[in-house]
Amino acid sequence: MKSKKKNGKWYFLLIVTVAYLVIYFVSENQFVVIFNFFTKLIIQILPVFLLVYVLMILVNYFADNATLKKYMGNESGINRWMIAIVTGILSMGPVYMWYPLMKDLQKKGVKNSFLVTFLYNRGIKLQWLPVLILYFGWKYSITLLIVMLIFSVPQGIITDKLIGYKT
Amino acid sequence: MNYINKEKLKQANKKAFTGILNILPILIGVLLLVSMITVLIPKSFYSNLFNGNIFSDLLTGSALGSVLSGNPVTAYILGDGFLKNGVSLVAVTAFIATWTTVGFVQLPAEALMLGKRFAIYRNISAFFISIVVAVVTLIVLKVL
Repeated sequence: MKSKKKNGKWYFLLIVTVAYLVIYFVSENQFVVIFNFFTKLIIQILPVFLLVYVLMILVNYFADNATLKKYMGNESGINRWMIAIVTGILSMGPVYMWYPLMKDLQKKGVKNSFLVTFLYNRGIKLQWLPVLILYFGWKYSITLLIVMLIFSVPQGIITDKLIGYKT
Repeated sequence: MNYINKEKLKQANKKAFTGILNILPILIGVLLLVSMITVLIPKSFYSNLFNGNIFSDLLTGSALGSVLSGNPVTAYILGDGFLKNGVSLVAVTAFIATWTTVGFVQLPAEALMLGKRFAIYRNISAFFISIVVAVVTLIVLKVL
């Protein structure tokens, strides 16, 4: 199952490559236009990719899972909101990787509101911020991230209340 | 320099490198796909999906972002493409916000791990909050 999942990304790349081959044989001109567009995208992404790499090293160095769990599970009051927000922003990788840790925290009594806020803040991908800025500019990117950050708290509270309305 | 734990840094570097390496085929595949879609799909396609009405555009953007999931970079690239095709910024913002916060694809896994009510209500609230986020972001940008 795991290897099937691992191979999935390679199958995906293979299918896209085959699609490119088909385009090449159908219309070489179209292929050149598409490939030039792709090259331009790669050149745009490359410096950002290096930055992402450095950011990933820093995050992995300063905030491992155990640290996140320790602080998110034990603090209280406003600190917990802050921790839910900050850890959500810093967390990396696919969301399902975080489900076991969240289940653990849920079992240990962490309120759903904090978990929901944590998940919403995962939408604020600090490591991808340079790409967002590249496409949409500083003003838009920072505004969007701040608004998302602020609204993650009412979302946590509302969702917690909705979950609590058990018949 | 003494403050740096070399072994920890080595591990962090290894994790980061593996992370980058893991997403590389997906990222290249997505970039290839995006290039293909951008060049091949006529501009009118997006104009048909987004009709210029602020409410339906918001809903379309949010629905698209909720259904399509993956790396945020893809959402940014697609969002930029939407903008260039004449889609409103508010719809694109809703699209980006839902892409990263609503996960209908992961819903079964989330329900299994954190509870059905948690998963359903969280995704529904994230959908609507993202619409609010899009509107507020645009209002703030207009004020600034």
